[in-house]
Amino acid sequence: MISSPNNISSRWPADQRLAVSLGLAAALVAAILGLVVAFLSKESWPLLRDIELTRFLTDDGWHPTEQSYGMMPMLTATLAASFGALLLAAPLGLASALFCRFYAPPALARSYRRMLGLLAGIPSVVFGFWGLTVLVPLIARWEPPGASLLAAVLILALMVLPTVALTSDTALGAVPANWLHGAAALGLSRRGMLFGVAIPAARRGIFAGILLAAARALGETMAVLMVAGNVVQSPSSLFDPVRTMTANIALEMAYATGDHRASLFVTGLLLTALVLLLVLGTLRNTGEHGHA
Amino acid sequence: MRELIGKPAPDGPDLALTIAIWGGAALVAGSFLALLGDLLWHGAARVSWDFLVMAPEHAGKTGGIGPILASTVAILAVALLAALPLGLATAIWLSNFTRGGSLLARQVNLSLDVLAGVPSIVFGLFGNAFFSVVLGMGFSIAAGGLTLACMILPIFIRSVESGLSAVPDEWRRGAAALGLSQAAALRHILLPAAAPAISAGMMLGIGRALAETAALIFTSGYVDRMPESLLDSGRALAVHIYDLSMNVTGGDQAAYASALVLIVLLLAINSVAQTLTGRFLARRISQP
Repeated sequence: MISSPNNISSRWPADQRLAVSLGLAAALVAAILGLVVAFLSKESWPLLRDIELTRFLTDDGWHPTEQSYGMMPMLTATLAASFGALLLAAPLGLASALFCRFYAPPALARSYRRMLGLLAGIPSVVFGFWGLTVLVPLIARWEPPGASLLAAVLILALMVLPTVALTSDTALGAVPANWLHGAAALGLSRRGMLFGVAIPAARRGIFAGILLAAARALGETMAVLMVAGNVVQSPSSLFDPVRTMTANIALEMAYATGDHRASLFVTGLLLTALVLLLVLGTLRNTGEHGHA
Repeated sequence: MRELIGKPAPDGPDLALTIAIWGGAALVAGSFLALLGDLLWHGAARVSWDFLVMAPEHAGKTGGIGPILASTVAILAVALLAALPLGLATAIWLSNFTRGGSLLARQVNLSLDVLAGVPSIVFGLFGNAFFSVVLGMGFSIAAGGLTLACMILPIFIRSVESGLSAVPDEWRRGAAALGLSQAAALRHILLPAAAPAISAGMMLGIGRALAETAALIFTSGYVDRMPESLLDSGRALAVHIYDLSMNVTGGDQAAYASALVLIVLLLAINSVAQTLTGRFLARRISQP
């Protein structure tokens, strides 16, 4: 192929210059991730240099102004909220995808997909505001104070559901029609076709969607900050107010100085590491770059 | 694909599954409509021309969102001015000038994939440490816009890249056979063919930037006066909603109205992006 995308040899000097300048732009983009990690590390360093890493997990409580940096309650809250949200969003998202692909009439499926797209685009601050004015009072009527782990779980579930649904929908759409014809010819029941053929065939895509949703839930700040109550404690029930790591950064960054500020950057590094693991897991799972 | 799974058995597990799936879909649609309906119901009464142009009074409880809209647009403009040229160049480089396996290409792809997943609050930390402190921009529209530019680069580059790689190879060969330089082929063939994808990527980026709050609190700040330069602090619409609902007692009314304005803006941008993507797909299909 003369002009395959890989062929950068050209007899035009203009092309050589273009290739160089475009390459520089690409290098700058590649450098952004490096810059982000470098600055998070630089700002965390004063604290990381002075204290043992394990103290972030073993210290008794979060009192950064008194050199006590126990992140365990907030880590627990982050993981509990994200896990709870996935527990709701994964089955509901999969059901939404099955609905689009196999149950809804085509026109309804189109509008439903469109709605999922819109739901995915609603700002987290609007989700948080709606949770604060509608959901929290509802929960408070049932079990005060309302602003709680449960509220965070419900709002997060609604937020990450479109990610699971749209990824699963694409994955289910890629299942070869032959396989479903074959299953029909074998006389499988509807349930047998969906759970025996379609879902297993699309499982990589579905799993990738769940990992992406997990990354989104772990990193969500505003919605959780607005509905979770923000008390630093390990939750003992769904109705306890909790503070997640992301909410903690947003709340304390405004006035934190010195080691306290550094401890917030450590939290940021930890979050980035968690998300990095999930993203790399997704890439390995789908065997390509996540944008497909 | 609906016909593929046949008629459900009239009773037993198939029926239960049908009920569960329709029920799940109805629950999701119901929640979405409840959210949208609630915003419309409470917000529509307050939204008016005056609300859009007036300055906020009493911490935003009364008055309007004029300066806040201006700051939002300014932040968006900075983000786009930084992200579009850089993103376009990177996407062209990725799709036309490199082998997928080269070291730099792998680095760029990894950077984009990870950046797409980095939590927005972490971008806020980075923006504060880098743009606000090290580059000395302080809390400003410029710092907020540049932070957002880092955030929207991945989604923009991926859209442009997919648009460019969807251009048929015959067109590239045809251009090469005519002796066009790659620069000329880009300008006259590839970029026009990918234009809808570029616009759609831009719309997606704008949508993401408009929705962002956490990355802006510590970069562009809270000041709700009309900004006079890019180095002034300016409050974005999303930050305004957050502030009204969390820090201002009795701010709910204004927060509803602001949220409605934001949602309407996002819906409009989303439909433009959808239309552009649709036109792009139609153009591809109509090619022989």
